[in-house]
Amino acid sequence: MGIKIGKAVIYIILSVFGLFMIVPFIWMLSTSVMSQAEFNKGESVFIPREDYDIISGSSPEQRIIVVKAFGDSSLVHFLNEEGKITREYVKIASSIIQHIHKPISIHWENYVRAFNKVPFARYFANTLFVSFTSLLGVLITSALAAFAFARMEFKGRELIFLLFISMVMVPEPIYLISSYILLDKLQWLDTYKGLIIPWFVNVFTVFLFRQHFKSLPKELFDAAAIDGCSTFGMLRRIILPLSKPVIATASIFSLIGSWNSFMWPLVMVDSPEKRLLQVGLSYFNSEASSQTTLLMAASTFSILPILILFFLAQKQIIESTAKTGLKD
Amino acid sequence: MKTRWKISPYLYVLPALALLIAFRFVPIVMSFVISFYKWTLHGTGGFIGLTNYIKLMHDPEFWQSMMNTVWLVVFVVPASLIFSLIFAVLLNQIKAVRGFFRTIYFMPYVTSMVAVSIVWKIIFNEQTGLANKFLALIGIAPQKWLAEARGIFDIFFSGFGIHLPNWAGGPSQALFAIIILTVWKGLGYNTIIYLTGLQNIAKDYYEAAEIDGANKIKQFFKITLPLVSPTTYYVLMMTTIVTFQAFSQVYLMTGPPPGGPLGTTNLIVYYIFNRGFDAQEMGYASAAALILFIIILGLTVIQNRLEKHVTY
Repeated sequence: MGIKIGKAVIYIILSVFGLFMIVPFIWMLSTSVMSQAEFNKGESVFIPREDYDIISGSSPEQRIIVVKAFGDSSLVHFLNEEGKITREYVKIASSIIQHIHKPISIHWENYVRAFNKVPFARYFANTLFVSFTSLLGVLITSALAAFAFARMEFKGRELIFLLFISMVMVPEPIYLISSYILLDKLQWLDTYKGLIIPWFVNVFTVFLFRQHFKSLPKELFDAAAIDGCSTFGMLRRIILPLSKPVIATASIFSLIGSWNSFMWPLVMVDSPEKRLLQVGLSYFNSEASSQTTLLMAASTFSILPILILFFLAQKQIIESTAKTGLKD
Repeated sequence: MKTRWKISPYLYVLPALALLIAFRFVPIVMSFVISFYKWTLHGTGGFIGLTNYIKLMHDPEFWQSMMNTVWLVVFVVPASLIFSLIFAVLLNQIKAVRGFFRTIYFMPYVTSMVAVSIVWKIIFNEQTGLANKFLALIGIAPQKWLAEARGIFDIFFSGFGIHLPNWAGGPSQALFAIIILTVWKGLGYNTIIYLTGLQNIAKDYYEAAEIDGANKIKQFFKITLPLVSPTTYYVLMMTTIVTFQAFSQVYLMTGPPPGGPLGTTNLIVYYIFNRGFDAQEMGYASAAALILFIIILGLTVIQNRLEKHVTY
């Protein structure tokens, strides 16, 4: 009995915490489909309902807010569709005021409006292009380097590996300014090259691959060598086919990383048509700061691809985070 | 065969190594060099020795951003540590729907900081935000959150008619809003790391304690806490280092201009960004970046030292 109550308490606490973790997402979703006027009134929370007055028969609906009613006539403000006052203190007959009540009214068009307000399609395309090309580069350079670190003996191996490790310790803000100057000298500023090539190397992926390559049985390589397999052939025909799960894991992390990267593309690219998604979203945030519902819609569709990826591969993502988080 | 083995390892390492040297090592060294120069977008204005560093030491904005960053770290790190440990301990007690909770806790960690900053900025909106609606529910007056420059201690104590001096006011309420977001964002990651740490503790300890009649709370303090301490040091250091680099939250949620109100949310990385790219004082900004580097390096060294001492 005592144990059962204990368990129940645990579930309750976990649920309360869970609610705190997920409420921002739920609120984001529900706000993203609300009408701006309703959101600005601040009366509906979570449920996108609508309650407002219009002049009956007007088309498109002329929204009004009643300031004072004197029996058969009323003093009203005219509102636009965002709930902002367009004409003040208009006297109209009370009989033409019609109250509209929609218990649930979902404005999917917020998504379309947000998507077309700034060239989000372009930002998505850019981000996909940059993410996947970087991924390809990362996989190639990491597989090659990890193979050498895991399976070959050579002078300076430990020293070079130490250099790799030490570079992980240095956070991006430290070299952001000097990288800008470097890309300027290379004339790579405001180019896709500048967004992609510096991220063709990922030390984390090298570690991940090295760890995995080391775990493969030595006999495999000996047998291959006897069969006259070249070193590159070994990597391509023996190691890589046995490394699909670790390649998938590395790819997921690399894609999440590039999709969410913000500082570098913010600094290195100037032309609007080359903006990546996060940068585009941040410009949208400052341009449309009063259009809350559109901002929420844009936030939703910009995290959607990553959330889908996360839900599909959550076991893999969480478990490899748990493993790599601890020092190897 | 023999000779190929000798050259080829270097060929395999070369692509990654060359990129690493070109786009990490060289910029890091450049950062160091540039910090001793007057340097603008148009290039160098000559070697000026320690001038940038001396100017930095006399720049109140630099100190304010440092102080704000320290406040952020001082609040985020313990809060994140305590909550993630509680989450992990509780998750470790259950089997059913553990995966479900794990997923929910982890979600903020994989979503972009830009998007969640926008969401939280609206959550903290004075008129329409969720935060004030929640406070209203428990009978607390609406707060100004991101628009409030007053310190949270000051706000709290002034409710009792006590007025604190400026230095004791604590982080501004605006910075406190950023603290909440930052804790929320990283909690899932730390929970997962802790969960792994907990699962590595042998069950025997608890069985022995059970026989000795130690209750759950005693078991937590006498067994769990000491045995999970290597994880605690890892989480402590990682969270500290990551929190020192906070940028997007400030850039997206505060201002315009970011860092407001009254510079109370200006963090060191935003300060570097602002000086480097908006004011175009790149030498000066590099000096600030180098100071941040030294702090982070120092923390890493301390972590390594501590790790050696704290092994159970």
